[in-house]
Amino acid sequence: MSAHVKTSYQQSEQLFPSRAAAFWYAILTAVMIAAPFVIEPYYLSQLVFVLIYAIVGIAMNILSGQAGQVSIGHAAFLAIGAYTAAISAKYGIPLPVYLVLAGAFTGLIGYLVGLPALRLHGIYLAIATLAFAFIVEEVITRWEHVTNGNEGLMLPPPALFGLKLGPYGFFYLCLGVTVLVILAAINIIRSPTGRAFLAIRDSETAARSMGIDTARYKTTAFAISAAITGTAGVLYAHKLSYISPEMFSLSVSIDFVMIIIIGGMLSLRGAVFGAIFMIMVDPMLIVVKDKVPQMTEAAMQAIHLAEPVARTIQAGVVRVVGAPGLKSLIFGLIIILFIIFEPMGLDGRWSRVKAYFRQFPLYRPTSARAQRMFLKSERNR
Amino acid sequence: MTAYFEVKNITIKFGGLTAVDNVSFDIAEGEIFTIIGPNGAGKTTLFNLISRLYTPNAGHIIFRGEDVTKLSAQQIAGRGIARTFQNIELFESASTLQNLLVGRHRHSTTSTWQDILRLKKVRDEEVAHRRAVEEVMDVLRLQKYRDTPIGGLPYGVRKVVEVARALCVGPSLLLLDEPSSGLNVEETDAMAEWILEINNRLGVTVLMVEHDMSLVSRVSDRVLALNYGRAMALGTSEEVQSHPDVVAAYLGA
Amino acid sequence: MLDFVQQVIGGIALGCVYGLIALGFVLIYKATEVVNFAQGEIMMLGAFLSFTFIATLGLNYWFAFLLCVISMAILGAVMERLVVRPILGYPQFSIVMATIGLGLVIRSLVGIIWGTDDLRIETPFTGGVVRVGSLVLAQDSLSIIVATGLLCVILYAFFRFTRVGIAMQATSQNMLAAYYMGIPVKRMFSLIWSLSAIVACCAGILLAPITFIHANLGFLGIKAFPAAVLGGFGSIPGALAGGITIGIVESLSGFYLPEGFKDVAAYVVLLAVLLWRPQGLFGSNALKKV
Repeated sequence: MSAHVKTSYQQSEQLFPSRAAAFWYAILTAVMIAAPFVIEPYYLSQLVFVLIYAIVGIAMNILSGQAGQVSIGHAAFLAIGAYTAAISAKYGIPLPVYLVLAGAFTGLIGYLVGLPALRLHGIYLAIATLAFAFIVEEVITRWEHVTNGNEGLMLPPPALFGLKLGPYGFFYLCLGVTVLVILAAINIIRSPTGRAFLAIRDSETAARSMGIDTARYKTTAFAISAAITGTAGVLYAHKLSYISPEMFSLSVSIDFVMIIIIGGMLSLRGAVFGAIFMIMVDPMLIVVKDKVPQMTEAAMQAIHLAEPVARTIQAGVVRVVGAPGLKSLIFGLIIILFIIFEPMGLDGRWSRVKAYFRQFPLYRPTSARAQRMFLKSERNR
Repeated sequence: MTAYFEVKNITIKFGGLTAVDNVSFDIAEGEIFTIIGPNGAGKTTLFNLISRLYTPNAGHIIFRGEDVTKLSAQQIAGRGIARTFQNIELFESASTLQNLLVGRHRHSTTSTWQDILRLKKVRDEEVAHRRAVEEVMDVLRLQKYRDTPIGGLPYGVRKVVEVARALCVGPSLLLLDEPSSGLNVEETDAMAEWILEINNRLGVTVLMVEHDMSLVSRVSDRVLALNYGRAMALGTSEEVQSHPDVVAAYLGA
Repeated sequence: MLDFVQQVIGGIALGCVYGLIALGFVLIYKATEVVNFAQGEIMMLGAFLSFTFIATLGLNYWFAFLLCVISMAILGAVMERLVVRPILGYPQFSIVMATIGLGLVIRSLVGIIWGTDDLRIETPFTGGVVRVGSLVLAQDSLSIIVATGLLCVILYAFFRFTRVGIAMQATSQNMLAAYYMGIPVKRMFSLIWSLSAIVACCAGILLAPITFIHANLGFLGIKAFPAAVLGGFGSIPGALAGGITIGIVESLSGFYLPEGFKDVAAYVVLLAVLLWRPQGLFGSNALKKV
């Protein structure tokens, strides 16, 4: 079993559970700082996307994982942050200012979206956030003299205090924001606010009976989550240097939910794992599109398949691999397979692998099996 | 002088059914007051009315001279009335420690902003919360379950954790909804001891709903019997148990 | 005035399609507490199947219709068995996400199999019009309204008079009690998915002549959410009424309001209704018992 025992109340103040953990996080930080000098520009660019997705993942974790409120409209918050950045930049407002401004403004919108959440549960809330996202997308498309409609907006290269940030500088900016967001999230989770979220997630009735103002904390969760997503939106806009309404569609919101489903709902680490996974799909897809037709050809030659059959199979493979819908096919399968076979996400798997090594000969897989609540009704929650 | 806690002519109707019908009683400070009655007599409904999960159609609830009938459930907890639930409403995915810390919520004065920045005030309060929680764990001997998620605890322990969580609210009036349901004989025995200890040592007034008559007679100062939402008898445990209406209600005559 | 009536009737026709998709949501939700986000994609699959049977294979419309319904019934049960059954009892949100995943899979498979071009089918009603005074109504639209009405009568009779239908109702009302009464609850789930796939398939085939058959047809499913929510998510007549309301609102706002309002009108109505009556127009508000 875990070896550390808490010996004083102050110990819960420590950021890391143990010395070893602190050591590994220090190594990780060093690796991240060295990254731009080591890896190729393409991978650095992917790493920036990982950081941005990780920030959104943390926002999703706070709302869904911690406070138990569902949203399938988070692309709207990303859009609000991104457009705030683009429009502010157009008027010459400096980056640090609109980074904060976008966070605050999106947070305010998130608070307003949270208001209906007070009266809605589960699926109704999911559908309401979906509706909100459609409305935001439509407003951005139609409000042409501000957002330039479907033609979109260009952003100037990011600059801090008059200094242009190159790809390296922008990477460090994203890294810095990610670290700050993670620290803020840790502080929330271990504070009365975080415990109020947890209480609302697990039993709203009990939360109220413990004196928790559930309305206040639900809207707070929405506001915080939206503010973080809006901040990510600023970075996202600068990363792409051009934004238009169709970049914030429903599928982006679904991507965001996938981050926490794949990573694991309950921990911040899961949000980061999920972000890494989601970003890795694209480069892997390129490899698949490149290699799979050759591989099938080679395989069929190896087993001496009759010429017409082989040609049909080959054509089928090329068609599937080359189809524009391949990515969503893979995403769809990933969602389904993860929920069925890995309901605790990558983080759950990670914990189990760790437990396996720590308790080596004694580990029993059943000790960490996901709890299933068969026939437990959520209708009357 | 007004009573410590008073329920005056309270009534609630669900559709055509009058679940609690014009019930009145009062509790003195430091008392252990028990409500008994057959299934469906309206005991839990009465509890939900007091903790403001339901709104009565008529009547008043007065706590320390204040009419609390119009307060919200969270405000009730803020006044120092804490409760447990018949079917256990713990925060399943969290540890015992976290559950009890949630109970301390009303003692937190920090804002979400201060929480995010983890100011000194937050850190100091956290230590204070932790001390208070450890004290409650001492009383109810829950230390060894401190970091166990609730989902992994046996039913009997969960019952105790729920009482502990209610105690962390720092209540002056504690509402226990069937504290012994689902417990075996030894656990019920321990529960009785704890109820007495909470009452004597911590000076908490207890209002409970209970079926187990041996537990009721052992701890209660006074007992109220309900049937079909109406008060049938009020008095000491012996008086109520020998009351002809109560006997009839339980025997179904 | 004539325009208005014309728009309203067009709205009712479109609304019937929304209503039928919403009906599919409601059937599954009532029985299993799962909201099937793939309902729109299932409808689309039905429309594509009808294209294959009617346009590619050149079968008779009515025979093709029947074939589609049978194939979709089987596919619906297969989807339930493969995707939903393994995660029964998981948190609702996980199941919702799994059905979103199912929708993505169906949509991309349809794209791979049928391509991304717009397809059309010919029906016995294509091009036909009915004149009532100076009112000109397309037979295609009228056929949707008539068929929806027929389908409702059939469904009503099914739930009211057949053994299976009554067992399904029992399952919806109290799963545990139904189980104790010896109703095979899990098989009921498969049947309900079949039934809802059939309803969606009918919606798809009816819709096909008035729009193109396209891989984005599934997004109509998302438009059917407001309909289901308006109807309270638990009531079959509510779903239809909700669908027709949304159809009319959309049609009228497309005609009378500036461009752009048509696409979001349904969602604006939805948010307004949710704020005013969170349980929907026809839903009942139940509290969790403690």
